[in-house]
Amino acid sequence: MILVHIDHDLGTRAPGGVTGVDPLSLQALAAARTLDDAVTAVVAADGDLPPAAAAELRAHGASGIRVAMHPGLADYAPQATARILATLVEEVCPRAVLAAGSARGNEVMAHLAAILDLPLATDCTQITIGPGQSEVTRARWGGNLLEEARVHASILLATTLPHAFPVTPAPAAGEVHTWTPQVPDADLLVRVVERVMPTGAVGVGLSEAKVIVSGGRGVGSAEGFAPLAELAELLGGTVGCSRVVTSAGWRPHSEQVGQTGTKVAPDLYIACGISGATQHLAGCKSAKVVVAINTDRDAPIMQVADYVIVDDLHAVLPAVIEALRQ
Amino acid sequence: MNICVCIKRVPLLGSAIVLTEDQRSIDTSRLGFTVSPHEECAVEAAVQLVEEHGGTITLLCLGPAAAVEQLREQLALGPDRAILLEAADEVEPQATAALMGAAIEADMAATGAPYDLILLGSESADTAGYQTGIRLAHRLGLPAITNVKGLAVADGQVTGERAVGSAREVYRAPLPAVVTTKDGLNVPRYPSVPGRIKARKKAIDIQQVPLPAGVPAGAPAGGMGPRMEKLRLIVPVSEAKGAQDLGTGDQAAARLVEVIRQIGVLA
Repeated sequence: MILVHIDHDLGTRAPGGVTGVDPLSLQALAAARTLDDAVTAVVAADGDLPPAAAAELRAHGASGIRVAMHPGLADYAPQATARILATLVEEVCPRAVLAAGSARGNEVMAHLAAILDLPLATDCTQITIGPGQSEVTRARWGGNLLEEARVHASILLATTLPHAFPVTPAPAAGEVHTWTPQVPDADLLVRVVERVMPTGAVGVGLSEAKVIVSGGRGVGSAEGFAPLAELAELLGGTVGCSRVVTSAGWRPHSEQVGQTGTKVAPDLYIACGISGATQHLAGCKSAKVVVAINTDRDAPIMQVADYVIVDDLHAVLPAVIEALRQ
Repeated sequence: MNICVCIKRVPLLGSAIVLTEDQRSIDTSRLGFTVSPHEECAVEAAVQLVEEHGGTITLLCLGPAAAVEQLREQLALGPDRAILLEAADEVEPQATAALMGAAIEADMAATGAPYDLILLGSESADTAGYQTGIRLAHRLGLPAITNVKGLAVADGQVTGERAVGSAREVYRAPLPAVVTTKDGLNVPRYPSVPGRIKARKKAIDIQQVPLPAGVPAGAPAGGMGPRMEKLRLIVPVSEAKGAQDLGTGDQAAARLVEVIRQIGVLA
């Protein structure tokens, strides 16, 4: 059996809309199905699993669903969630426990690994389980480098790199079993105590944007971003930037694309005056189409682009904006 | 307040990664070294907290002898002293947390001054295991708040904020605590010349650490206890895209508009 930790926003999301199940957790379910027919989805929450959420887990291959109900789980509590997984691991002795390689998935699994004193392979792109040991391929350097590793452990703990395991429909029985776990107070010490929603008008977020017009050192100044912002607005997209730009204070950090910023996957990524250091490419490699505008034909960004314009962005962008306005 | 900041020496990658012949490491013979932006923000946060509340900052690094270079650079920003746990090879996260935990306990016993706050980056730039901070918290029996882009200390409590899209989640824990930080928490300062001069005289305690029994780094298979063994590294082959050159000037602008129309992203 494989256990899959399912991250969710069941307790905090607004009513209606999507089921509250984290889409990346469905990718972890997909990975588990390639390893075993018996795949149990584990949900830690403060109430019953809504039928729509259970149906979504069944449709994606959960042959069993275990719901741990605890009043302390009204909002995300990483260590408590890991403690619940640890007690379940002792009960069912799974071959592996998987979760999404998201901030939360990696966090819960790191707690679980610390509690069980087992190794944890994060951000895996391939997983094979054998008796007593498993082999994984995992991402290093934001995916710029892969590592093949052997995990010596009776139970494999691993998280799946986002978008490495495609989600396909796989209907399964998925009977729901609910139980009330014991959770020590110390495990509930750290949890979300408050949510701060953004004030004022909120534009399209980087991670959801279909179009990103991104700028690097070549933009030259904070004022130099005006045509990038104008083009982004015309295309219903948003502005991104490289780390040089946030370090210089030209743009806020929330717009930084890269290994330590936001990893993006737009339909169109227009890189203006960005050289394309590996740390930046780690953040934009999932873009469907990359257009690079740069005066340096040999810049690394030109190697990963679909279309290149070897010219000054301040000459090209105003012409693009004018043509689009007509 | 007394703060310990854990940092890691990592290569400054250029545009292409070259591996060593045995495919187990990056060939760093032509590369410089640095610490991750996450950790630069951790050091800056510590310096700001001590400016506000008073106290001391100790840097802790597990790495090769040459990591003294990164410790001096960070000492120039304000921390008081540093401890280097010297290990030649890459050490996996379980062993790293065990070694750092033991060093922190020994240091607190020696100085008689317990740490109120232990800061790390959310994940290292190179191995990116997302777990050393949390394992260290369990090892020391402390709460862990991770991935923070906002950090404040008041009334014996630490408050951390994590960005989720454009919203923020707020976490709170009593001190002492472990907190892992993310790039964007603050804008790290540049070292001043007096800072650099002072850093030369600051104490770096270099300790040779035997790897703990049962979890040697990169040990051969068989009877060594649960661990992760690195087999080899692979540089992913990116498909040669054969980029189409759209020309220059107004001609390029017109052709880019065509491309934009083709992709179908026009609102």
